[in-house]
Amino acid sequence: MTDTTIDVPETTKADWSSDQEVRWCPGCGDYSILTAVQMMMPDLGVRREDTVFISGIGCAARFPYYMNTYGMHGIHGRAPAIATGLALARPDLDVWVVGGDGDMLSIGGNHLIHALRRNVNLKILLFNNQIYGLTKGQYSPTSEIGKITKSSPIGSIDEPFNPISVALGAEATFVARTHDMDRKHMMETFRRAWEHKGAAFVEVYQNCNVFNDGAFGAITKKDKRASMLIDLTHGEPITFDDGAKGVTMGADGRLRIVETADVNASDLLVHDETREDPSLAFALSRIASGPFMPTPVGVFRSVDRPEYATEVSRQLAYAQETSGPGDLHALLHSRPTWEVT
Amino acid sequence: MTDTASPETRELDALVIRFAGDSGDGMQLTGERFSSASALLGNDLATLPDFPAEIRAPAGTVLGVSAFQIQVADHDIMTPGDAPNVLVAMNPAALKSELHRLEIGGTIIANEDAFEDRNLAKAGYDENPLTDGSLANYTLFTVPMTSITKRACEDLGVKPRDAERSKNFFALGLVSWLYNRPVEPTMDWIDKKFGSRELVAAANVAAFKAGHAFGETAELFDSRYAVRAAPHAPGTYTNIDGNTALSWGLVAAGRQAKLPLFLGSYPITPASDILHELSARKNFGVRTLQAEDEIAAVCSAIGASFGGHIGLTTTSGPGVALKSEAIGLALSLELPLVIIDIQRGGPSTGLPTKTEASDLMLAMYGRHGDAPLPIVAAYRPSQCFDAAIEAVRIALKYRTPVILLSDGYLANGSEPWKLPDVDSLPDISTTFATETNATDDDGNPVFEPYLRDDDTLARPWAIPGTAELMHRIGGLEKQSGSGNISYDPANHEEMTRIRQAKVDRIAEDLDPIEVDTAGPADVLVLSWGSTWGACKGALRRLRAEGRSADHVHLVHLNPFPNDLGEILRRYETVLVPEMNTGQLVDLVRAKYLVDAKSITKVRGVPFTAGEIKNVIMEALDD
Ligand SMILES: Cc1ncc(C[n+]2csc(CCOP(=O)(O)OP(=O)(O)O)c2C)c(N)n1
Ligand code: SF4
Repeated sequence: MTDTTIDVPETTKADWSSDQEVRWCPGCGDYSILTAVQMMMPDLGVRREDTVFISGIGCAARFPYYMNTYGMHGIHGRAPAIATGLALARPDLDVWVVGGDGDMLSIGGNHLIHALRRNVNLKILLFNNQIYGLTKGQYSPTSEIGKITKSSPIGSIDEPFNPISVALGAEATFVARTHDMDRKHMMETFRRAWEHKGAAFVEVYQNCNVFNDGAFGAITKKDKRASMLIDLTHGEPITFDDGAKGVTMGADGRLRIVETADVNASDLLVHDETREDPSLAFALSRIASGPFMPTPVGVFRSVDRPEYATEVSRQLAYAQETSGPGDLHALLHSRPTWEVT
Repeated sequence: MTDTASPETRELDALVIRFAGDSGDGMQLTGERFSSASALLGNDLATLPDFPAEIRAPAGTVLGVSAFQIQVADHDIMTPGDAPNVLVAMNPAALKSELHRLEIGGTIIANEDAFEDRNLAKAGYDENPLTDGSLANYTLFTVPMTSITKRACEDLGVKPRDAERSKNFFALGLVSWLYNRPVEPTMDWIDKKFGSRELVAAANVAAFKAGHAFGETAELFDSRYAVRAAPHAPGTYTNIDGNTALSWGLVAAGRQAKLPLFLGSYPITPASDILHELSARKNFGVRTLQAEDEIAAVCSAIGASFGGHIGLTTTSGPGVALKSEAIGLALSLELPLVIIDIQRGGPSTGLPTKTEASDLMLAMYGRHGDAPLPIVAAYRPSQCFDAAIEAVRIALKYRTPVILLSDGYLANGSEPWKLPDVDSLPDISTTFATETNATDDDGNPVFEPYLRDDDTLARPWAIPGTAELMHRIGGLEKQSGSGNISYDPANHEEMTRIRQAKVDRIAEDLDPIEVDTAGPADVLVLSWGSTWGACKGALRRLRAEGRSADHVHLVHLNPFPNDLGEILRRYETVLVPEMNTGQLVDLVRAKYLVDAKSITKVRGVPFTAGEIKNVIMEALDD
């Protein structure tokens, strides 16, 4: 990208906004995510025509219609698979994937983990509102146990997924979390995802004000953030609440939230997003069992591993080098032949 | 291996031989080697591999029998033959399961060593059929194949168990002697295949030679046989199976379209070999993804098509069922995509290794909504090459998913193929959109992704990376032209009808139907898919007897060729043989209101020419 930035025309947020009327419910968190993406894109110095948004089905999945780029609104859960094909065919493109928690963790769970495992160069934004929005309010694979919805009138009894844990378990090389109440944080996190070479997974806490209003209020409201969001910063000790609280690892190997006053500064865990071993990132993802307790946001993990399309291209080049460029005539004659005169 | 003491050689015009043994006995390999040697000899041939679904069913049981039938002939043939003339039975189970196919008076070559008590019991024999006189209607040769093979390998240092494994090469050697097949191709093949594993190679060579020598010296056989080369048209030939021909057809289509291929696939019998073959063609720029499931497979192909590649997905019936939602998406996106269905026995897992042609209705209607798709069906192993090119041609020209149907019989069966001159292949290239094609209300140039070509009704294919043509597409109904989401009732009706009209248009491209006729006839046989060979064989026999019936074979099943209705109405009787319970017949009856008669067989094995001939005779005599 770097050597082409010079001739990429400057753009503004307006250039990235399509002429389609945005049709989410008034007050939906999706609006602020859309704005954050549209405001971030000009900073990347990329061409709109080289950018593609692919989605599944759900409220979140309407996203591509609103971006003035190439886009495809796919089928429920399958966006990571569609995007994988596009990214392999066209490594020259920036491919973004957008979907909801039902879309990517229920019906599309299989495709999500395999796109992450393969490290396809996709920027995957999972809008987690802990509910099915488009189908009007059923519990989702991230809904908490006991959640009362139309399809769980006595409360959901399904153990929820922790999306960050799922992504880490799927060998994702870039894993981050942000939320719809902080545009700057979203923009920064999306930009980091874009810079990552390989599959980047970003969970965005998103408020569905119609079917699950305030699900993240306990941690994302302006007055709660300092005490409830644990901002992960690479190379820094993990602290929050203006430094009053921090994270340590106990002798039993478990992470704990502590009063920093009660421990030595050297006991505080220093965040290292580049750790090859994902176990500490996994432990961090499980400090909170839901968005009710202090919750880490930011980049959990960012490590290098060969990107899939690059490996595919490398194999194509290797095959050409070793067997010569494809020659159909030679292929047809590659099995034993005989002549009839 | 000299000919000096050989008995006299007698000419046969055709020979049908069936190798049968335990699935561990290497019968498929034996059959393939016999085919290859016969192909190099210039015979025409057709093969029918027939193996169990279990990788290793219990050894020695009827369930575990693996068979390979081949017909070799000195004239052009279309099927692997009705009934074998020769059955090679490596154990009692093989005899038990295959004997009923053998023609009365046919020859049995049995591995005597395997007919001991335990094996006889496993196969369900109370008495040894080799000695109890029950095979009196056949010519029986009992040969101690296992023990001779072991003895032949004695001095090589091969373990007795490994030596025993080579007994299929003993059988091959013996049969090769009996039917005068050339020895060198098999020796070369062993050399290439096992070159590095010297002991295995040596054992196989020794076993083959022992078999050959046994024929020569045992004085069991009072004659040898030969089948002369068939009078093929001049050219270079190779022996090809359907899946390889299909894979090569796809590679050729990429070349003729000047576009890269992308295959998203999930392994399934009997389609996996296409994934294998294309995965080995990376030097042609073919990208293959072994996806996590069939849904991802087809979706990745759709993504690649969106990016300007030829998106392909290969599978069998169960996989098509999984892909159907995504195929509907591709249809709505109006992107090129080829879905290859190598049919097998169904429903559900059905008969994974047996053939059937029962996915026609799935291809035709297996999606929600009004979702018409072009269907192309291959009809013989070598023709899978052309069928693949045709499917890609339609997909590119009309910007639509296309279903290409083959089946297990075509996929695994092989025949000689005169290699086409690559320069004579059709140009199927297409163009991407590069310019805006409309103006907005203010007169500014814009790109409308659903503005159509007048002739083909295809929409422009503008791929990411093209400035000025950015657009968003999806499965929601689109406004005709602009492609913006539209819930307008009249627009939905218009779009639904256009999608149908686009498929119907394809018929304009199709050549007039060739009716295979030998004079005035009241009966027409209408066939599709691999039934072709049995129909052709039936007609040939019938005509040899001075009777007359006509034949039409369909490659395009949706849309039907424009002249089909008129042709069908010319006949008093239309017979439709199918390896399903009557799917084409229903389509034809519904569309043309003709009283076509259904002839069906759903036994996991293809029709024989004899079966079809009999039903035609009945119709003629009615
Ligand atoms: C195959 C299929 N099954 C079910 C649906 C119905 N459906 C549409 S969106 C959705 C769930 C949406 O929830 P989520 O992915 O969390 O996205 P949100 O709407 O909350 O943004 C469901 C079940 C569908 N469109 N397709
Ligand atoms: S239902 Fe919820 S997620 Fe969907 S648009 Fe409305 S507020 Fe947003």
